[in-house]
Amino acid sequence: MINSSLKQLAAQLAAKKISSRELTQSYLSRIETLNPDLNAFITVDAEKSLMQADAADKLLAAGLGGVLTGIPIAQKDIFCAQGWRTTCGSKMLGNFIAPYDANVIERFNVAGAVNLGKTNMDEFAMGSSNETSHFGKVKNPWDKLAVPGGSSGGSAAAVAARMAPAATGTDTGGSIRQPAALTGITGIKPTYGVVSRYGMIAFASSLDQGGPMAKSAEDCALLLNTMAGFDNRDSTSLDRPVEDYARDLAQPLNGLKIGLPKEYFAEGLAPDVAQTIEAAITEYKKLGAQVVEISLPNTQLSIPVYYVLAPAEASSNLARYDGVRYGYRAPEYKDLTDMYKKTRAQGFGAEVKRRILIGTYVLSAGYYDAYYLKAQKLRRLIAQDFTDAFKLCDVIMGPTTPTTAFNLGEKSDDPVSMYLSDIYTIAVNLAGLPGMSIPVGFGANGRPVGLQIIGNYFGEAKMLNVAHQYQLATDWHQRMPIL
Amino acid sequence: MSLTEADVKRIAHLARIEIEDKEVAPVLGQLSNILGLVEQMQAVNTDGIAPMAHAQDVSLRLREDRVTESDQHEAFQAVAPQVEAGLYLVPKVME
Amino acid sequence: MQWEVVIGLEVHAQLSTQSKIFSGAATAYGAAPNTQACAVDLALPGVLPVMNKGATERAIKFGLAVGAKINRTSVFARKNYFYPDLPKGYQISQFELPIVEGGSITIQVGDVEKTIRITRAHLEEDAGKSLHEDFHGMTGIDLNRASTPLLEIVSEPDLRGSAEAVAYAKTLHSLVQYLDICDGNMQEGSFRCDANVSVRPLGTDKLGTRCEIKNLNSFRFLERAVEYEVVRQIEIIEAGGKIAQETRLYDSDKDETRSMRSKEEAFDYRYFPDPDLLPMKISEAMIEEIQKTLPELPQAKRGRFMREFGLSSYDANVLTASKAMAAYFEQVVNQAGAANAKSAANWVMGDLAGALKRDNLEIAHSPVSADRLAGLVKRIADNTISSKIAKEVFEAMWQGEGDADAIIEAKGLKQITDTGAIEKIIDGIIAANPDQLAQYRSGKDKLFSFFIGQAMKATQGKANPQQLNDLLKQKLAG
Repeated sequence: MINSSLKQLAAQLAAKKISSRELTQSYLSRIETLNPDLNAFITVDAEKSLMQADAADKLLAAGLGGVLTGIPIAQKDIFCAQGWRTTCGSKMLGNFIAPYDANVIERFNVAGAVNLGKTNMDEFAMGSSNETSHFGKVKNPWDKLAVPGGSSGGSAAAVAARMAPAATGTDTGGSIRQPAALTGITGIKPTYGVVSRYGMIAFASSLDQGGPMAKSAEDCALLLNTMAGFDNRDSTSLDRPVEDYARDLAQPLNGLKIGLPKEYFAEGLAPDVAQTIEAAITEYKKLGAQVVEISLPNTQLSIPVYYVLAPAEASSNLARYDGVRYGYRAPEYKDLTDMYKKTRAQGFGAEVKRRILIGTYVLSAGYYDAYYLKAQKLRRLIAQDFTDAFKLCDVIMGPTTPTTAFNLGEKSDDPVSMYLSDIYTIAVNLAGLPGMSIPVGFGANGRPVGLQIIGNYFGEAKMLNVAHQYQLATDWHQRMPIL
Repeated sequence: MSLTEADVKRIAHLARIEIEDKEVAPVLGQLSNILGLVEQMQAVNTDGIAPMAHAQDVSLRLREDRVTESDQHEAFQAVAPQVEAGLYLVPKVME
Repeated sequence: MQWEVVIGLEVHAQLSTQSKIFSGAATAYGAAPNTQACAVDLALPGVLPVMNKGATERAIKFGLAVGAKINRTSVFARKNYFYPDLPKGYQISQFELPIVEGGSITIQVGDVEKTIRITRAHLEEDAGKSLHEDFHGMTGIDLNRASTPLLEIVSEPDLRGSAEAVAYAKTLHSLVQYLDICDGNMQEGSFRCDANVSVRPLGTDKLGTRCEIKNLNSFRFLERAVEYEVVRQIEIIEAGGKIAQETRLYDSDKDETRSMRSKEEAFDYRYFPDPDLLPMKISEAMIEEIQKTLPELPQAKRGRFMREFGLSSYDANVLTASKAMAAYFEQVVNQAGAANAKSAANWVMGDLAGALKRDNLEIAHSPVSADRLAGLVKRIADNTISSKIAKEVFEAMWQGEGDADAIIEAKGLKQITDTGAIEKIIDGIIAANPDQLAQYRSGKDKLFSFFIGQAMKATQGKANPQQLNDLLKQKLAG
C-alpha cells in the first residue's frame, strides 16, 4: 500500500476497502517508526489528523468524496494551518500556533484531505540541504549520510521514505525541485502566481511559489488541481480559468521538441549525473521526442542576481519578527532596541541572519542601484533567455542539480559553495516559469538523480504529460529506499 | 565595493540584529564572500534594460471597499509575548 | 538683515474608506484596542496586502480637483524601519512613482490670492498607536489605526510665513471635505500636517537648511510652531550658528519646538518596490468616471455666489470655507429666494455662526435647519417682523420652539403695520405726556427717542420702526 498512487488510494477509499482513519493511522505509525531517525517532520499531531480522517470518512460514506478526500498529505511547515504549530523551521516561530489557514491548507481542507503533519525545512526556506532548520537536520532516506536537499527537505524525505503519500513544498530558488531530485521523487513548481502565497510564510515574495511533491507526475497533477487557483487575498495570484492539470497526461510525445541548454551540460556537472541525464534523454527519444540544442547564455548570472534579490526581499519580509505580536522574544533586554536586537539575534539562525544582512546591505543608501536595480535588470535578461529558447522547443530539460546529494555537513560551513549548487534551478524562479524534477536513476554513489523539466508559462499540463509518459515507460519513480 | 567592519555593524543595526564584537570579523568574511559572488553582475552592461520586478506583466487588482474582517483579537493575542488590556506591551518607547 | 521664511507642508489626509487600505478591517474611530486589527494589519506570518479601490478613487479625485497629473502607472514601495507601531517592519507607501504629481491650489491671505504648487500626493498606510500610560513601565501598542489609508499631499516650498501656511492648510482641509475623501476631523487625527521650515536672507534664491516639524494636528499649533521655529532659526543664524537639519516636535504646553532625540540617528529606509503588490495601472475609463463625480469646488462656488447672489468677496469666502456651510447657505437662499441672499448671508455668518460657536456645534447639527432659517428671512423680507424681533424668533427656534411662523403666532410678534393702529398708539402717548411734548416742541429734539421708546414699549417692539418713525415725527410736529 505504501507505494500506491493517489488514484489507487482514492479508489480503495471509495470502495471502502480501507477507511481514511486506517490509512492515516498506518502513515502515522510509519512516521512514529522512521521519524526519530530521519527527522522529516517537525510537528505530528495524531489526534488532529485522525479527527480530519474521521470527517473524511463521513464524506466518503455519504458518497461525497473527491479525489483527495481522506488522503493524508504532509504539509511543509511554511504553510499556516489553523491550530497547528507553524514554525517555518525557526526558533523565532517555535511557539507559533497559527490562528488562520493558508490558502493552500484551506484548499486541501475543502478537498477533504487529511493534514498528516508539518514537515521539516530549512529555516525560513533559506537553504539547499535542510541543515539550517532549528529543529535539526533531515537525513536522506536513500543514504543517511546524505542531505535530502532543501528547503523542502522534510517533505521530500517524507515522500521518499513513504511516510506520506504526498506532500507540499515551496520553491524560491529550487526548494521543491532540488530536494525532489536528491530523494528520487517528483515535484513541480508551478508558474509564479498559479498557487496562492496567502498564508505561505514569505521568504522572497517575487520568487516564492508553492507546489506538490509526490511519487509521480500523475499524483502531482491531482495535487496541483487542488492547490492551484485564483485567490483574491494574494495580489500576485493570477485570475485564470480553472485547469485540469491531468488532462494531457495520456498524450503521446511524438514530435515533442526538447531543448537542451548547453550551459546546463557544461563544466561543473558531475559525470555520473551527466550520464544518467543522457540516458533519460535517450528514453525520451524512444518515446518520439526530438532534441534541439539551445542556449541560456545568462545562466551564470542567475546566482548573483538571485543572491541580491532574494536576500533583499527577505530582509524586509523578516522584519516583522520583532518579538512584539507573536513568536520568540528574548528573555532579557535593556530597552526596546535591545529587545529587537536580542530577539532577532537569538531567534534567527546563522544562515537567515547572513541573508538578512546581505539584503539590508544591498538595499541601503548608496548601494541600491549597483545591486538591487542592477539585479532586476539582469533578471529581465535571464527571463528573456527563456522566451528566446521557447521559440525553439516545447520543454527544456537538463539536470536538476550538478551532483547527487552531498554529505551532511559537507557544505554547511561554506555558504557560497552551497549557493552554487542551485545553478540549474534558480533561473526558473527569476523568470517565473514552471519547473519540475523527476527521478531518472542513480549516481555512482547510489544516490538519486533528478531530471529537470522546464515549461513555458502555464505549461504545467504539458510538463506533467511529458513526465508522466516517461514514468509509464520506466520505474525509477517507484523505487523505494530500504529502511 | 569592499565591505568593512563598520559596514557590518551599521547593517546589523539597521536590521536590528545584535552582533558581538568577536562575531564581526567572521561575519565580515562570510558577507564579503557572498558579495564577491554577486560582484560578477557588474561586468554586464545593462543600459536601457527595464528592471523586472515581477514575473508576470500584470497590473494591480483593486479590491472593493468593504469591511470583511471581524474582531479576532483574542485569538491573535493568544500567541503574543506580552499583552495587557488588549494592548501589545513593549519596552518603553521614547519620543 | 531681513529674512524670508520658506515653508513646505506635508499633509496627511486620512481617506474616508470603510475598510483599510490593504485589508478588509474596519477603519471606524474609537474601537477598543486591537479589535480592528486583522491578520494582515498585524503582519502575521504569511499574510499579504490587497489594495482598496476606494482609496485609489479618492486619490484620483483629489488629483483631478487640483489639476494634477494622474500617473497611469504608480508603484507601491516599502519604507523599512523598526518601530513597535509598525507591524511589518516597513510601511507600504509610494516613493518613485506616486499616483498624483503636480497641480496647485489657490489660497487667499487677506485680500491677496496666491497659487501654491503641489509637488505630489501619494497613497500610503498609517501606523498604529503607542500608548505611553504606565503599563509597569512599558508601552502599549494599539494597531487599530495600522493600515488606515492616507493621502500624503506634499507642497512645494511656496509658503512664505505662518499666515500662508495656515491659509494653505485650511484651504486643503476644506477641499478634501468638499471632495468627500476625508472627514477632516483633526482631533481624531484625520488631517495632520508636517511643516518643513527654513529661512534665508530676503532676495536670495538658495534654500536654507530646513527643519521638519512633525504631527501638527491643529491650525493653531501649525501657526505657533512655525512662528516659534522661524524665530529660533533666525536667532541661531544671527548668532553665527548653523541650522541642523532635523525632525522637531511642537510642544503645545510649552509653545516651543524641540528636537526628537529618538529620531536623531541617520535613517536609511531602504525603499524598494513592494513585491507583494503589482504596479497600479489607472484606466482612462476610471478617471472619466471619477471626473463625473467631482463636486463644484470652493473657488468656483465662491465666484458663483458673488455672481448669482451679489455677495461680496469676503462674504463668499466665508460662506464657502466649508462645504457644509455653503450647502446650508444655498438651501436658505433656495427657500427664501435669491433676492434675500444678502439677508440670508448675514444670518448665516452672524446669528447662526455665533450660536453654533456658543454651543460648540457643527453646522450639520444646527438646531435651526436651513429651511427654518429661510422661513425667518422671508418674514423679515415681507415685513411680518422686524429685524430686532427676528433675533428673538431665531433664539426661540434655536431652543426648539417651532418654526418662525409658529413662534411669531404663538408669541404674537407680528409687526404692527396698520397706520391707523400706530397713530392711535401715538395719540395716546402724546396725550399722556404733555410736559415732554411741550419740551420737544420748544426745541428739545432729543426727546424724540423718549417717544419712540414709549411707543415700542406700548407695542412690545412690534410696531414697524420706519412707519412709527414717520408717523411720530408728523404727530409731534403737530
